[in-house]
Amino acid sequence: MYDFAYHKPATLAEAVGLLADPEARPISGGQTILPALKHRLDRPAALVDLSGIAELRGIRKDRDRLVIGAMSRHFEIQTSPVVQAAIPALARMAGMLGDTQVRNRGTMGGSLANNDPAADYPAAALGLGATLVTSGGRRIGADDFFQGMFATALEPGELLVSIEFPVPEKAGYAKMRNPASRYVMTGVFVSRGPMGVRVAVNGAGPGVFRQPDMEAALEANWSADAVAAIRQDPDGLNGDIHGSAEYRAHLVTVMAKRAVLDAG
Amino acid sequence: MPSVSLTVNGTSHTVEVEGRTLLVELLREKLRLTGTHVGCDTSQCGACVVHVNGESVKSCTILAVQADGGSVTTIEGLAGPDGALHPMQEAFREYHALQCGFCTPGMVMSAIDLVKKHPDGMSEHEIREGLEGNLCRCTGYHNIVRAIAAAQEVMHGRAAALAPAEA
Repeated sequence: MYDFAYHKPATLAEAVGLLADPEARPISGGQTILPALKHRLDRPAALVDLSGIAELRGIRKDRDRLVIGAMSRHFEIQTSPVVQAAIPALARMAGMLGDTQVRNRGTMGGSLANNDPAADYPAAALGLGATLVTSGGRRIGADDFFQGMFATALEPGELLVSIEFPVPEKAGYAKMRNPASRYVMTGVFVSRGPMGVRVAVNGAGPGVFRQPDMEAALEANWSADAVAAIRQDPDGLNGDIHGSAEYRAHLVTVMAKRAVLDAG
Repeated sequence: MPSVSLTVNGTSHTVEVEGRTLLVELLREKLRLTGTHVGCDTSQCGACVVHVNGESVKSCTILAVQADGGSVTTIEGLAGPDGALHPMQEAFREYHALQCGFCTPGMVMSAIDLVKKHPDGMSEHEIREGLEGNLCRCTGYHNIVRAIAAAQEVMHGRAAALAPAEA
């Protein structure tokens, strides 16, 4: 790892000011950026630690929305009574990612802003129709936020402040993990609620995406049987030594069935 | 050069570090606390697990500056001043929960955090799931799981003493 200057601002405004430097990078939980810096995939002049900023913290229910501060750690989300009551599938997801030590450090905002194709939270954000609130005062719908592999609608230096999840009637998630790395091979998040019926797929493609055929089928009949016969087109999905695009396409149907069962 | 002030095993330290200095480097190279091991240096193996403010973290994946102002506990800080072992250490000894011993410090530190996070106790399956972030390349998991199952009874006050391994 190359050396860098380290800043720990106490306010969002101060952090945004420091990140105006194009050579500066934000660090939240550090569970992705530190391994990347060890591999010298990037050489920032400065890291701006977001952990001292109170505005990025807190989990609360605001009428029909669950609002999660971007710096909320996976362990906090997993064990939050507010999350468990409002969207239990989201709390379960937080408890299923990484390992205990990663969950003690890693944050929801960091994961969403990174948008790794194998990350879990993008499926929840897209599958629930979340709104992502930024330091620039923008409110970005999940349908517009995720823009393919490691790409989002965030501008350089713009930070996620909070994520607003409309509370659904039902939601569920299922994933197949790579047995060695434990990263997502294919996951499916389903929900029914104020945003309609939504089905989001992660891990299978270069970025998280919605599955409209399954959404239509579940709209007509909310049951695992409704999605059992729907085939995902493997065209454009990831194929690698861990599994072909056809295998991942097959997993989309299997995980969709399990996600509906998880939702109940 | 940034300066980091932190408490390690109850002792206050102020240390000059680089921005890029990892917590494990501070512990091993500056404070000479070499009980914390570096296995993979890629946050997979868990040999470097320590507690920061009471929670287990991989000390190869946190900067020393991020622990500024915090309280760190390493394997060296578990035993009492009289040398009495922590119940988890005692269980690892009683159940022979190690072979080569390289992963042991991280296993013990992870196991203590796991037990604290599960006040109602863990099943064998939950213990195995909870150890996802710790690798034992001797594959000696069986006795590690048995040791944690026994230690949680003592740590939660449900047993006054460790059940003997042969019982």
